[in-house]
Amino acid sequence: MKQAEVRQEKTSISFKNKKSYILDRVMPILLFLCAAVSIVTTIGIVYTLMSETIGFFRKIPVFDFLFGTKWSPLIAPKSFGILPLLSGTMLITVIACVFAIPVGLACAIYLSEYAPTKVRKIVKPILEVLAGVPTIVYGYFALTFVTPMIRMIFPSTGVFNALSAGLVVGIMIIPMVSSLSEDAMQAVPKSLRNGAFALGATRFEVALKVVVPAAFSGIVSSSVLAFSRAIGETMIVAVAAGATPKLSFNPLESIQTMTGYIVQVSLGDTPHGSIEYGTIYAVGMTLFVITLLLNILALYVARRFREEY
Amino acid sequence: MSILQDANRQQISKRRKIDFILHILFIAATAIGIVALMALLVNIMVDGLSRLSPELFTNYPSRIASKAGLKSAIVGSIYMVLIMAPISFILGVGAAIYLEEYANKNKFTRLIQLNISTLAGVPSIVYGILGLTLFVRGLGLGRSLLSGSLIMTLLILPIIIVSSQEALRAVPRQRRDASFALGATRWQTVAGSVLPSAMPGVLTGVILALSRAIGETAPLVMVGALTFVAFLPSGIMDSFTVMPIQIFNWISRPQEAFHELAAAGIILLLALLLIMNFAAILLRNKYQKNL
Repeated sequence: MKQAEVRQEKTSISFKNKKSYILDRVMPILLFLCAAVSIVTTIGIVYTLMSETIGFFRKIPVFDFLFGTKWSPLIAPKSFGILPLLSGTMLITVIACVFAIPVGLACAIYLSEYAPTKVRKIVKPILEVLAGVPTIVYGYFALTFVTPMIRMIFPSTGVFNALSAGLVVGIMIIPMVSSLSEDAMQAVPKSLRNGAFALGATRFEVALKVVVPAAFSGIVSSSVLAFSRAIGETMIVAVAAGATPKLSFNPLESIQTMTGYIVQVSLGDTPHGSIEYGTIYAVGMTLFVITLLLNILALYVARRFREEY
Repeated sequence: MSILQDANRQQISKRRKIDFILHILFIAATAIGIVALMALLVNIMVDGLSRLSPELFTNYPSRIASKAGLKSAIVGSIYMVLIMAPISFILGVGAAIYLEEYANKNKFTRLIQLNISTLAGVPSIVYGILGLTLFVRGLGLGRSLLSGSLIMTLLILPIIIVSSQEALRAVPRQRRDASFALGATRWQTVAGSVLPSAMPGVLTGVILALSRAIGETAPLVMVGALTFVAFLPSGIMDSFTVMPIQIFNWISRPQEAFHELAAAGIILLLALLLIMNFAAILLRNKYQKNL
């Protein structure tokens, strides 16, 4: 096969068409370079994060960074414990996922198992619009709509609070959970459903006992991806969650996430090369490692536990 | 016998009831997403419509809310897309063609593929850190339009590659075979037959990726798109601002008037995204007719 192709190319030059011969020699290399950009990007990200983070850890011990319970890199007395930022990030992410994963799954089950085709054709694009809304718009929504509503119910809530930001991050990831899970459910063969229906199962029983178990790997992987997306979400928390890093699990208080901190520092003018500047990289590295591990986990779950029919 | 039948009937009606209740619950859950979208749109319309005036397009940012406008931000966003579109198209489609048409199915190709799917999951703020280090400081491009556009290109590249790959994969094998049978070389086949046939899908993916870039804020905050730019960038090395950054700045101010401005800016931003999505659909239809 290969040889045949080579011969074909050779004959075509010997006749005519020098231009196409050159193109055929050059284009694979150029195209390969295009593909290599993605590899270079990854190396670039890892390299920049690594080099600056190592510089940062020369000044601040790794142990203090990972297990310190106070984060105040800009105001003296300075301390560089990332736990408050981590707890803030986790608070937002957990609120978002507790809200979005059940809703997204219910949505997926409805669209895949219950909804008539007409309804599906209308609802799916609407959910896709929800996924396409810029995050800064969600930030505005959290601050000017969700927060006032929460304050009506809990008057003691601050203007900036984790609950509002978390809920809106949840709204943002609903379409991710629902569309990926629905894809997985759609991939379950019709014959399995029909078998269950023939045994007298209701639609709910078919969905819960046949479709969901069969699509389980896809569902888990979509949830993990959504979780990772919530961790990396920046603008919603920068606008609505506040800027007070603290080790608190009260959702009505103002907190700060890792992403929120990076935005805060880059908005101010922190001198290049200082310890404060290094914190961006150390925090960014933590964020990168966490999301990378989660994404790999999602890929692994989707592949390893896939039920083939 | 009748007792058994009754029990059976009861059990069936109970299961039916559960099915019914869950059906309602599932509909309610689906409605949450739709209701949230409606609430978001209505909230923004109510806040922003009163500020939506011609001055919003013609005025530069200002400390006084009544005089503030989006001119430099709108122009900045347009310039950024104009720089990004050709670069990301060439790099993204090139990579997709390489992976689909040229690469051998070996470990290295799988590595690139895996790498692209993980890159798509990297938080955008991390791209911002890369941009700050590599383009702004490393290459000395400064806080310029070029730096911003380049980092946004890297950000949307995985999206373009994946969607282009899907479009290329959808081209039937027979098309390639027919082209080879006519004596075309591999590149002639790709450029003359496969790519034109995949173009609608490719273009849709590129436009959707660009619209994602228009709405993206975090990486540009890092790269240092300024919020107070009272001039239009005259070259690619000028400092700049874009619509989401200006909106972010207005949201961050405590005054109500600036929040209204932000809402008006959001209306414009959403309108722009809507137009782009519409353009994607139109382009696709046009190409499909020509084929």
